[in-house]
Amino acid sequence: MNELGTLQLPPQASTIAGDVDSLYYFIFWGCMAFFVLIVALCAFFVMKYRRRSEDEIGSGPSHNTPLEVTWTVVPLVLVMVVFFWGFRSYMEMHTAPAGALEYYVTGKQWLWQVNHPTGAVEVNNMYVPVDEPVKVILQSEDVIHSFYVPAFRVKMDAYPNQYTTLWFEATRTGDYDLFCAEYCGEQHSQMKGKVHVLSRKDYDAWVASTSGPKEGEDLTVWGEKMYTKNACVTCHSLDGSKRTGPTFKGIWGTDVTLSDGTTVVVDENYVRSSILDPHGRSSPATRRSCRPSPGS
Amino acid sequence: MASNAAAAATAERPNYLNVSHGLKSWLGTSDHKRIGVMYLYSILAAFCLGGLLALGIRLELFHTGRTIVDEKTYNQMFTLHGIIMIFLFIIPSIPAALGNFFLPIMIGAKDVAFPRLNLASYYLWIAGAVLTLVAVVTGGIDTGWTFYTPQSIRQDSSVIWMGLGIFILGFSSIFTGLNFLVTMHKLRIKGMGWFDMPLFCWAIYGTAMIQILATPVLAITLLLLLAEKLFQVGIFNPALGGDPVLFQHFFWFYSHPAVYIMILPGMGIISETITTYSRRHIFGYRFITFSSIAIAVLGFLVWGHHMFVTAESEFSSMIFSFLTFFVAIPSAIKIFNWTATLYKGSIVLTTSMLYSLAFIFLFSIGGLTGMFLGALSVDIHLHDTYFVVAHFHYVMMGGTVMAFLAGLYHWRPKMTGRMYPETPSRIAAVLVFIGFNVTFLTQFVLGSKGMPRRYYDYLEQFQPLNQMSTVGSWILGLGFLIAFSSLIWSLKNGRKADRNPWGSAGMEWRTATPPPLENFEGEPVFEYGPYDYEIMYAKKERQGE
Repeated sequence: MNELGTLQLPPQASTIAGDVDSLYYFIFWGCMAFFVLIVALCAFFVMKYRRRSEDEIGSGPSHNTPLEVTWTVVPLVLVMVVFFWGFRSYMEMHTAPAGALEYYVTGKQWLWQVNHPTGAVEVNNMYVPVDEPVKVILQSEDVIHSFYVPAFRVKMDAYPNQYTTLWFEATRTGDYDLFCAEYCGEQHSQMKGKVHVLSRKDYDAWVASTSGPKEGEDLTVWGEKMYTKNACVTCHSLDGSKRTGPTFKGIWGTDVTLSDGTTVVVDENYVRSSILDPHGRSSPATRRSCRPSPGS
Repeated sequence: MASNAAAAATAERPNYLNVSHGLKSWLGTSDHKRIGVMYLYSILAAFCLGGLLALGIRLELFHTGRTIVDEKTYNQMFTLHGIIMIFLFIIPSIPAALGNFFLPIMIGAKDVAFPRLNLASYYLWIAGAVLTLVAVVTGGIDTGWTFYTPQSIRQDSSVIWMGLGIFILGFSSIFTGLNFLVTMHKLRIKGMGWFDMPLFCWAIYGTAMIQILATPVLAITLLLLLAEKLFQVGIFNPALGGDPVLFQHFFWFYSHPAVYIMILPGMGIISETITTYSRRHIFGYRFITFSSIAIAVLGFLVWGHHMFVTAESEFSSMIFSFLTFFVAIPSAIKIFNWTATLYKGSIVLTTSMLYSLAFIFLFSIGGLTGMFLGALSVDIHLHDTYFVVAHFHYVMMGGTVMAFLAGLYHWRPKMTGRMYPETPSRIAAVLVFIGFNVTFLTQFVLGSKGMPRRYYDYLEQFQPLNQMSTVGSWILGLGFLIAFSSLIWSLKNGRKADRNPWGSAGMEWRTATPPPLENFEGEPVFEYGPYDYEIMYAKKERQGE
């Protein structure tokens, strides 16, 4: 299994992926065998029994009960094997080991907020150590979303009225795609991120680096990290192009008109209140809620 | 020469088409054949609209990022594509168009049991279609055809129009099913027992059972959704203490049996065409009959397999997975029986037979890929990806639409009195087959590699397969264009059809082409079953035909 996976499946990066794939291929080759048999028989019969004269009629048998019973029972046995295997693996996927690291993930239109067990909060990025069980406790703030990491073969819906959970144990370091897999409105396909599986050493280094700007670090550098990491750029472009929210380009120091008709300057306070309370003082251009991550 | 003169004489006789003229005689008709024809044109118009939307969707997906439309429009397009194709086209298609026309004739009856209810069904379809258009015009909806809450509750008022439209379409479906059931119970010709009926009729019977029992649940679900939106009753909206998963249970309780409403009539057609074009008795009549009933019954017990990644309990998921594998078996039995019907047949590859063979090929893939989705652990990976999209297009289009076309070409001479041009029709069939596979086979791989469905944009690595799929859609579109053009052209210019151009044994082929208003000249007599070719051809020989 290499970096790109196989023709049909992504790379295997979790403890359960191998088992899921084995069942997948068992079904695949079983189906292929039946399919080739049917197609070959149909092709053969069509060629062998072509009509040779205007009034020729066919003459085959109209029933054969032993044959019917055979081709009912044999597939039934095979599908029961598939059922049991799938069920057993599914139960394993639904039973998180005790002591797993707990991550609280909130889906909201249209990003994933990941609350790490270290206290760090990331948007659309999840950092996990390799070879350790991880339990994800999911919820949504608005509509149904679904947390899907193809490389781990896991998926679970997120609801606004209850928690759901999934668990995995990553087996290879690397960065793996995270998708939203339940249609959730306009930017459903933008609601994606990465799960970063790190070696123990790298994971510890990451934990250390997320506690704040380093001493002497330029705040604009820190700011750029923040608005990239918190996915502000999903809705606010940097180059002037129109997205869901107003562009950041060139707004500093300009006047904006608020929904109550008054005009204010885009200064530090305006930026601060727009992030923390987007509906309170938002300009008429911003009707949709800005969804930054709290605690940043 | 003699047969041409006979054909000409047949065409001049009064038939259901020329017995009266004018718009009123059609719009106010109670003749099941005219109603079938009106339905046929209506559902084909819906198919074309849905198909144009599909081409638009695939065009947008040719490139990452924006290709022709923005996100909001795209989301509305795939929602509308699903709604039109499912509720306006595929669910009515075979029963309302072909079933209406041929069911009574196949059992030797003059009409259905309730002819005016039949016309009412058609008008309900029209009303539903109009409301769908109103929904589109008043802002459209972008919830997907599944209307999941809370997303659908947060939408604007167009969900209400759409919900009402589908509610009304449901009644069109229920009345049709009711009509057909009573017709089969009460109006079968003397001498035709239940097990002498054509398998198409049995298929319609199973379908009608589902239409009557399942569609009311959809109606109730839609009313509850509207109540939630309008009166905030708090049943599905979590902000009001409701449960969004409950909506899914209600919705899929209808929508899973609905897929058997879609496929069973198609399977019925295949039993008719495979036997006609192999000119032999069907293999396993009773097994096929019982498998139709088994599918209808078991189909009610598996809805939760659409919900394996929801908060559905592990116990329920296990039961649903278990039963899902059971419901697959009757369909497999039918495939084996049709294959066995080819054995020692006398086979011709007319356009209808090409579509029938395409059905066996494509429905097999569709059904087999259902196995992946029924397996709990594998479904977790595949759910809501393009694998599912490919699966249902293989069964609905590769299955039902191919069967519908097989039936259309098979019965068209009887309906219109004219043949269609065989060569362009066969070319179209081949293009449709190739285009379909290129479009959708690629989507299995996109899904298993992890591309979710209902995605406006996707990662770069998925682009090559998406482009291949789009090119496939162009080939598919071209095939349909050729098929429909030649069908329309030959309405006026096609060669006049004989009474029984295929030498088929069904009762519908024993009456004139096109049939007279009351279906038969004089009183029809049940002489032999629909697959009794030995008796039929022995009789022909004795009569020196």
